[in-house]
Amino acid sequence: MFGKLTIEALPLYSAVALTGALVTVGGVLVVAVAITWLGAWRSLWTEWLTSVDHKRIGIMYIVLALVMLMRGFVDAIMMRAQQSMSLNSDGYLPPEHFDQIFSSHGTIMIFFMAMPFLTGLINIIMPLQIGTRDVAFPFLNSVSLWLTSAGAGLIMVSLVIGKFSTAGWTGYPPFSGIEYSPGVGVDYWIWALLISGVGSTLSGINFVVTILKRRAPGMGLMRMTPFTWTALCASLLMVFAFPALTVACVLLALDRLLGMHFFTNAHGGNMMNYPNLFWIWGHPEVYILILPAFGVFSEVVATFSKKRLFGYESLVYATAAIALLSFTVWLHHFFTMGSSANVNAFFGVATMVIAVPTGVKVFNWLLTMYRGRIDFHPAMLWTVGFVATFVIGGMTGVLLAMPPGDFLLHNTTFLVAHFHNMIIPGVLFGYLAGYMYWFPKAFGFALDRKWGARSFWCWVIGFLLAFMPLYALGFKGMPRRMEHYDDPSWQPYLLVASLGAFVVLLGIGCLVMQLYVSIRDRKATADVTGDPWDGRTLEWATSSPPPVYNFAVLPEIRDREPFLDMKERGVAYQRPAAYQDIELPRNSFVGVALGGLAFALGFAVVWHIWWLVVVCGLGMWVVLIARSSDDDTEYRLSAAEVARIEDARYRAMGSRT
Amino acid sequence: MERHGLRSYLVGFALAVILTAIPFALVAMHALPPSRLVIVIAVAAILQVLVHLRFFLHLDLTTTPRENLLAVAFTAILLFIMVGGSLWIMVDLHSRMSL
Repeated sequence: MFGKLTIEALPLYSAVALTGALVTVGGVLVVAVAITWLGAWRSLWTEWLTSVDHKRIGIMYIVLALVMLMRGFVDAIMMRAQQSMSLNSDGYLPPEHFDQIFSSHGTIMIFFMAMPFLTGLINIIMPLQIGTRDVAFPFLNSVSLWLTSAGAGLIMVSLVIGKFSTAGWTGYPPFSGIEYSPGVGVDYWIWALLISGVGSTLSGINFVVTILKRRAPGMGLMRMTPFTWTALCASLLMVFAFPALTVACVLLALDRLLGMHFFTNAHGGNMMNYPNLFWIWGHPEVYILILPAFGVFSEVVATFSKKRLFGYESLVYATAAIALLSFTVWLHHFFTMGSSANVNAFFGVATMVIAVPTGVKVFNWLLTMYRGRIDFHPAMLWTVGFVATFVIGGMTGVLLAMPPGDFLLHNTTFLVAHFHNMIIPGVLFGYLAGYMYWFPKAFGFALDRKWGARSFWCWVIGFLLAFMPLYALGFKGMPRRMEHYDDPSWQPYLLVASLGAFVVLLGIGCLVMQLYVSIRDRKATADVTGDPWDGRTLEWATSSPPPVYNFAVLPEIRDREPFLDMKERGVAYQRPAAYQDIELPRNSFVGVALGGLAFALGFAVVWHIWWLVVVCGLGMWVVLIARSSDDDTEYRLSAAEVARIEDARYRAMGSRT
Repeated sequence: MERHGLRSYLVGFALAVILTAIPFALVAMHALPPSRLVIVIAVAAILQVLVHLRFFLHLDLTTTPRENLLAVAFTAILLFIMVGGSLWIMVDLHSRMSL
């Protein structure tokens, strides 16, 4: 009846694991009680969970990302605490638990923090920047969100029922095979990735089609904003790279569930083909994460330097070059597999080549700031902090690109420091810059500047304290993922790294405080014009938050910075002679239903509850057929209603001036 | 137009089923030695890709807009990189393991 699932699966064996489970369950209960107390279940369901509006879906993605950021950060600080005390001692975490924590930290931060964050930002902003009413497939967008949430849900459930994988976020066989990992942990990991990976692939398709087919009249490809360009390239990478991950995970699942031998040592399997497939996805994934962040920096730096972006075309070509080259470097993640010199040399050189277009971009941003009137808004602080720290990570990356160097540094904390140096200043600072830059667009009021700046300083100082010692430790030969060690000369560095993690914790505290203060003072910082930063691109032309149809009349684009161009021509807030009816997609519960069924399906496979697998599979099929047969998926917003919404906006603007 | 579309999908579906059934049948009946079996499976798979492009995605060289062909060309380059690169890496590894 319940497959492998028994009462033994509850974490009653360890106080630390039990605490984690109780915090998770408690958090869910607190949220549920709060919603009930506010009487908000109905509006939550009708206006948010079932929404197919790209702005609301984007906001939900970012909420998911911020929640998972907290979870992933708890893992991080637990590892730092363990390593700072485990010199010649066991610390407070047994090895198996420590292994689960570094596995879930990586998995969560990549798949359930960074991916939802970037998908959310693209969702909210890209359709506004290209002047369209929604993404090309609004319903598919909702399905993507709920599949991603289903994957995140599986990871969270593994805290309470059963254990998580101990095979690291990359899950290399043979360790992740059934022989060495007979528990459910690796299955949780596989099915969370498979389900959310389908969501990401669908998002990628959706964004590519939207950008290629739905641009406002006059917006040629070379008039798109840098953020839209990076979104396009990142989406193409999602479409082409994610299938490789899906294949790798499916083959691993077949090995585990059906006794096949794709990645085993015996019976003709080849375990090294797994890293090969995994990194065919994994390296483009790095650029999926960072290209949109580069796009955010490009927008922020132009707006807050009050200058046109320097070298727009070179930035676009650099983005496209990175996108293609990102498919030619994957072997550098496993140089130590022992390929022949030719293979290693090819991938080493390709890796060094990809640093060139990235370097081009650094000059784009620096020269945009040069002689600009810089306003050090928090979004700009993240950008400057990014340029200063990211360059260090870029250079250590080129060091690792040399196979002989990599053989020395592979799987040391030098590598850990390198990729955190790429992903914290590069990716996370970029997303946080985007969050602070576009927050007023999404919610109609700005975030507090003071707390934003405090958060930035805590993050950047905390990051340097936490990861610069790891570079040094790597040179001293400390391997990554050590549960305890016996070299006393390592401990001071690890203590500094822990201090860094606590400074980052302060930074996260400042983010929470910023949100609280900003919501409290929202009347004072309300953005009635829709253009709080004297913006240059199209998203600032509509109100904040934008109406459900984004633009009452689709704008005519005449310049690379359309809204600045409109303001200069004095036509920015001109009202049309008449409004027209607008066709809009209806909300649908089908996305939530598919996500819920996918979650149950994943859970059932993990615990071998086969009847539930069949029920969920059939359920998804029935729901999809029913949805496909539904012809009534749109409604018409009347011109009178559009006029009423627009009148209200212009009245509010008039009362302010 | 509608009829033509349905016909095209049905032909495509039939071809896809046949091209799937052949490799499965050969494997189940142990009809060929493994080395030749792998070649047959690969050929059937590539033909299947072409069937999907022609009958389900309606791509051909005469009536397809240029940007669609560009997309196919881009896909072909990436497939060449991924499949060719994987073969290069794994064959190279194999030869080094059997020294």
